[in-house]
Amino acid sequence: MSTIATPLREAPLDWILPYRGKVGMACLIIAESAIFTIFVVAYLFYVGKSLTGPTPREVLETPIFYTICLLSSSLTIHFAGKFLERGKRGAFLSLWLLTIVLGGLFMYGTGQEWHRLIYEHGLTISTNLFGTTYYSLVGLHAFHVTAGLIMLSIVLLFGLAGRVGPERFRHVDVLSLYWHFVDAVWVVVFTVVYVLGR
Amino acid sequence: MSSDAIAIQTAEAAGRPWVATLHEWVTTVDHKRLGVLYILYALFFLVIGGIEATIIRVQLMRPHNDFVSPQVFNRLFTMHGTTMIFFVAMPILFGFANYLVPLMIGARDMAFPRLNAFSFWLTAFGGLLLYFSLLGGNGLYGAGNAPDVGWWAYAPLASRAFSPGHSSDYWTIALLASGFGSIATAINIIATIVSMRCPGMTLSRMPLLAWMNLVMSGMVLLAISPLSAAQIMLLVDRYLGGHFFDTQAGGSATLWMHFFWIFGHPEVYVLIIPCFAFASEIIPVFSRKPIFGYPVMVGATVCIGFVSMSVWAHHMFTIGMNSYANSFFTITTMAVGVPTGIKIFNWLGTMWGGKIQFRTPMLFCIGFLFQFLIAGLTGIMLASSPFDWQLGGSYFVVAHFHYVIVGGILFALFGAFYYWYPKITGRMLNESLGKLHFWLFVIGFHLTFDLMHIPGVLGMPRRIYTYEPGRGWDTLNYLVTIGAFVQGIATLVFVANLVISYFKGAKAGNDPWDAWTLEWSASSPPPVYNFASLPTVSSRRPLWDLKHPEDPDSRYE
Repeated sequence: MSTIATPLREAPLDWILPYRGKVGMACLIIAESAIFTIFVVAYLFYVGKSLTGPTPREVLETPIFYTICLLSSSLTIHFAGKFLERGKRGAFLSLWLLTIVLGGLFMYGTGQEWHRLIYEHGLTISTNLFGTTYYSLVGLHAFHVTAGLIMLSIVLLFGLAGRVGPERFRHVDVLSLYWHFVDAVWVVVFTVVYVLGR
Repeated sequence: MSSDAIAIQTAEAAGRPWVATLHEWVTTVDHKRLGVLYILYALFFLVIGGIEATIIRVQLMRPHNDFVSPQVFNRLFTMHGTTMIFFVAMPILFGFANYLVPLMIGARDMAFPRLNAFSFWLTAFGGLLLYFSLLGGNGLYGAGNAPDVGWWAYAPLASRAFSPGHSSDYWTIALLASGFGSIATAINIIATIVSMRCPGMTLSRMPLLAWMNLVMSGMVLLAISPLSAAQIMLLVDRYLGGHFFDTQAGGSATLWMHFFWIFGHPEVYVLIIPCFAFASEIIPVFSRKPIFGYPVMVGATVCIGFVSMSVWAHHMFTIGMNSYANSFFTITTMAVGVPTGIKIFNWLGTMWGGKIQFRTPMLFCIGFLFQFLIAGLTGIMLASSPFDWQLGGSYFVVAHFHYVIVGGILFALFGAFYYWYPKITGRMLNESLGKLHFWLFVIGFHLTFDLMHIPGVLGMPRRIYTYEPGRGWDTLNYLVTIGAFVQGIATLVFVANLVISYFKGAKAGNDPWDAWTLEWSASSPPPVYNFASLPTVSSRRPLWDLKHPEDPDSRYE
């Protein structure tokens, strides 16, 4: 051992620091926000600067239903966590599944919109500046939703196997923090692409 | 650790096959081993980047030199810049942060040990990818090629039309990979500092090194992410036919510059703040005084963190921004000098009236102080936009930022090596070789980088592979190159010292410098678990309290 004994004095009993998982996720969210900010800035900078069509006004349709789906999934995951904390596993699993379904619906909506843009309007990522910035920004968000859905599904599988109990609440809470972030980003993306960008 | 335990460990180590040791190092999640891996990896690339710099200097030694072709020259300065920033400075500072932060805050490891290993290997493979471009840059054409678009890869130079083949893609993906590694490390450092401090280690008792690495990590989150975003856009442009930076389709080359420098300038502070941290730990110990103005030091660091996020466009004065932008970035850039100046006065205040011991770590820190001050002063000169219009893109700028990076960052890093080498290896670095290293490096550094300002003022542009004789640059460039060789020799002395002292150095003991922070209470090198029982602290200098129970710091808090 060290020649100098480790200083051991009155160990404060109330020495509680924030949960590291939550701190880590908060930091990840800060970094991700910076990434999204750059893509949003690029989108806004290039609004109306495309040299050729199609333009956002011509082809974009506001995805109100799918937006409601995604935003309400924030509520379902929140209450799912609450039920888990109280040990109500059945309610937790069903709300968790509902969250995945709502997220999946949103992804279906994005897929349908992209299909329409590509096959009906001929807008791809290389068509014009609008295409480049639109697919990058919405695609980056969709990528995050997909990553979230994969993680949610893993938790669901473990839950169905009976491995997610109230003791896992803190871990599940970290994931739901990520999901709230994905939803919050959609509010920004929605505002920028479907409101300001037209 | 008792001598018996050491003997048993050595016997075990001697009897084990090297494959087992290698396996242990490759699969390690121990913050100390990962720290050492980071540092060794960075030292390896330091040698490569140094060789590239030397070749650049040989080429510029005299006018009309043809030591390397213009094409090779472009690749050399691109690889030199990219290597030194992303694969030397970043990993070496992360290495020290990894090694020291948990020890100094009384934790047994980082918050996420496996994520820590993941970040290291991302960075490591990033570096390999960058250098693999020498083989794979031209793809199936067979000829080797390396990126030649500069470390900033300005648009449209980095677009498909002007950078065919895959060399720029290797550059992009290497930076993307190491960037994600850096973000993950930053997350890890913040979570460690926020959630893993030992009982009693309040934020106001935390060693300044931990504080400054906390600020640095916060800046990494905000600065490296834009670079990653910009790299993704560049990949979209190059692979999917996007138009982000394609001026033919209405895209903007200036936007890339903004995105790059939103990363690029905070990056300078990401690199220098951990070096402030080294100085803030070393100077008090060798002045035998506690740090002067601890709360102001913390405040100044946080202030630098904020202000430096809004100065990036001073790299872009010469592209022709409007006068409002020019004024804004001139003012913010000058403003960042204020908290930096506060720090310099605090270090001087720490030394003032102290019983200064001129050991090698302290010598390097004093060198750091003086040189960083001069680097800051030329920085203030360049911050003034009219002055920058005259000298932007000249060798004056090259001299300025090398003064920051070599005179500031590298000197503080050398100080850190001499100070913590005993903790990491259990042996002291040789003091005579250390002083030889210091003086040779000081002479070489000033010969190179003091003189380099002058050809810049005389109009020598950056990035040129050769020049006409008779412009008054010849002798200066010749001397600058000689200085580069002196620095090279000094670095060899340093490497020799690292190797010789590892085998022959004097045994260090736990606390060779009579220091005050927690890492010196562990054995040298510390055991895997760092602390047998988690320490409890009640002041900023826990080991002072322990050594001086009659007059502990905690009495004055």
